[in-house]
Amino acid sequence: MREICIDFLLVFAVGGGFCVIAQLLIDYTKITPARILVSYVVAGVILTAVGVYEPLVKLAGCGASTPLTGFGYSLARGVESAVRDRGLVGALTGGLTGTAGGITAAMTCGFIAALVFRGKPKT
Amino acid sequence: MNLDANTYQVYAKGYGKKSPVLRDCACAFLVGGIICCIAEGLYRLYLHLGIPETNVRILTPVSMVTLAALLTGFGWFDKIAKFAGAGTLVPITGFSNAVVSPAIDTKAEGFVLGVGAKMFIIAGPVIVYGTLASVVWGVIYYFLHRGGIV
Amino acid sequence: MKNKGLIRIQNPPTILSSAAVVGKKEHDGPLGADFDLHAEDDRFGMDTWEKAESEMQRLAFGLMLKKCRMREDDVDAIFAGDLLNQCTGSSFGLLDFGIPYFGLYGACSTMAESLMLAALTVGNNIFNRAAAVCSSHFCSAERQFRFPIEYGGQRTPTSQWTVTGSGAMLVANDGGGPYVTEVMPGISVQKGITDANNMGAAMAPAAVDTLTRYFSCSGTVPEDFDVILTGDLGAIGHDITMELLYSSGFNIRSVYNDCGLMIYSAKEQDVHAGGSGCGCSGTVICGPVMKRLRQGIYKNVLFIGTGALMSPGSVQQGMPIAGIAHLVRISSELPGTLVSGEERGGSNG
Repeated sequence: MREICIDFLLVFAVGGGFCVIAQLLIDYTKITPARILVSYVVAGVILTAVGVYEPLVKLAGCGASTPLTGFGYSLARGVESAVRDRGLVGALTGGLTGTAGGITAAMTCGFIAALVFRGKPKT
Repeated sequence: MNLDANTYQVYAKGYGKKSPVLRDCACAFLVGGIICCIAEGLYRLYLHLGIPETNVRILTPVSMVTLAALLTGFGWFDKIAKFAGAGTLVPITGFSNAVVSPAIDTKAEGFVLGVGAKMFIIAGPVIVYGTLASVVWGVIYYFLHRGGIV
Repeated sequence: MKNKGLIRIQNPPTILSSAAVVGKKEHDGPLGADFDLHAEDDRFGMDTWEKAESEMQRLAFGLMLKKCRMREDDVDAIFAGDLLNQCTGSSFGLLDFGIPYFGLYGACSTMAESLMLAALTVGNNIFNRAAAVCSSHFCSAERQFRFPIEYGGQRTPTSQWTVTGSGAMLVANDGGGPYVTEVMPGISVQKGITDANNMGAAMAPAAVDTLTRYFSCSGTVPEDFDVILTGDLGAIGHDITMELLYSSGFNIRSVYNDCGLMIYSAKEQDVHAGGSGCGCSGTVICGPVMKRLRQGIYKNVLFIGTGALMSPGSVQQGMPIAGIAHLVRISSELPGTLVSGEERGGSNG
């Protein structure tokens, strides 16, 4: 039980930590949220490439894989396995293969939401 | 008024409230942490139900995307985001909201040129540059792999 | 330009009637009771936000006619504008009336610009009656200028909230006031502000420019007015305008207010720096301000409609935002009966 608590604390701290860094960038710099998200994904790819992100995922689980850097991690992991299996062609297919689930889910949800919901005024 | 543009910009910076950074960061940490814990909980639940780990790795983000899509549709997501800032933006929930919100919003312009074309108007760059980065890493990895380094 | 753009209208026209239609948030604000009509869901019975905005203009214009018992045939021309691409909010909203129509784009200054043009054409006997109409809708503006409505973003403290509302006025060459006595077209002023979330700072220099020109050539002083109202400078633009004018020797503090600060409650309604949009000054002038002019609470109002001249494209390309400020003076008495600054010997005109 104590182990689970520590695990979740790690998830919370790492996941929250990624969000705090982004919040600081939003509040202190002129970088727009869209640019921050792009930077996060690219940073995730780079951090995986240099071998930093894998241990972080092992340590913090979804605390590292849920933030958008985790999306970059999936892209990098996907491309690595595809290159190992298929050679250089894998560089073109691996990234999107590794993230296909999330992207397709977002597309499907977006379409269904457009069918079902309609915009509400903000107050 | 004879202030030149540069002087005026410096002058204008002195006005207006600054973002409440401490509060913003606390909210982002709290909400971001909670979202990741929900994902972790689902991950463990799926494993507990006997789903193979390779599928759980896909199923977990898919569940989070669906959850955020529902919140977006019901108009709750932006209320949470107003409070949470980067706390909802950075986890995959923010990606989901960035896809679902223009989809709902552009329904009036039709399902092809509205929903279909505008769905990735915010999230598109994330996929484009993420994929490009993965291609670059793929090419480097190929040579490292051939050289026996990895 | 000897008189720096000040136009004294020879035969000051009367504002015969006005109407203001608003959304729920505006109705819930401190001026809520002074607006004529509101919708509970901001949709006004329409299926898109753009149609809802047009419907507001249709309702405001119709209500304004009804209030002064006029018919469409009695109006010679409409000057109207809004924030949407190609001003479709106005052109679609006023389509049914079959009245000669001038589409205007003055960004959020449209109420002042349209009222100025209506007053000038009527005051110079080109038209007998002309209408000034404008609108903005939070959701249609958000869609065009920022993000989808359901997108979860955080607003910066300097950002402003687009007012959902439409104002309509009828200016006529017959009637007993309130009169439009003086107008002064704005000059676009650009001081290098590129942040689209800080419109107040982008527009304030234009307001300062117009007010400085006005005070230096009209022979009036701030105390001549019951209220000096800028359109939608918000908290930041309000403070900058007041300070810069003070440093130029014009202390407007005691009579100065901004429609963007009046329409919402800063404490209870989360609007950051205040309201904005054509509908901000449009509804405040056509609703509460006209009401107070008719009740005699105000006798002399100086209204400066402020606009930020930009598009989403120009902002993305890093172009600075220019501001514009059109001035309209509304008085409940004709100028001959006023004690003007000139009669007192003038100030620095």
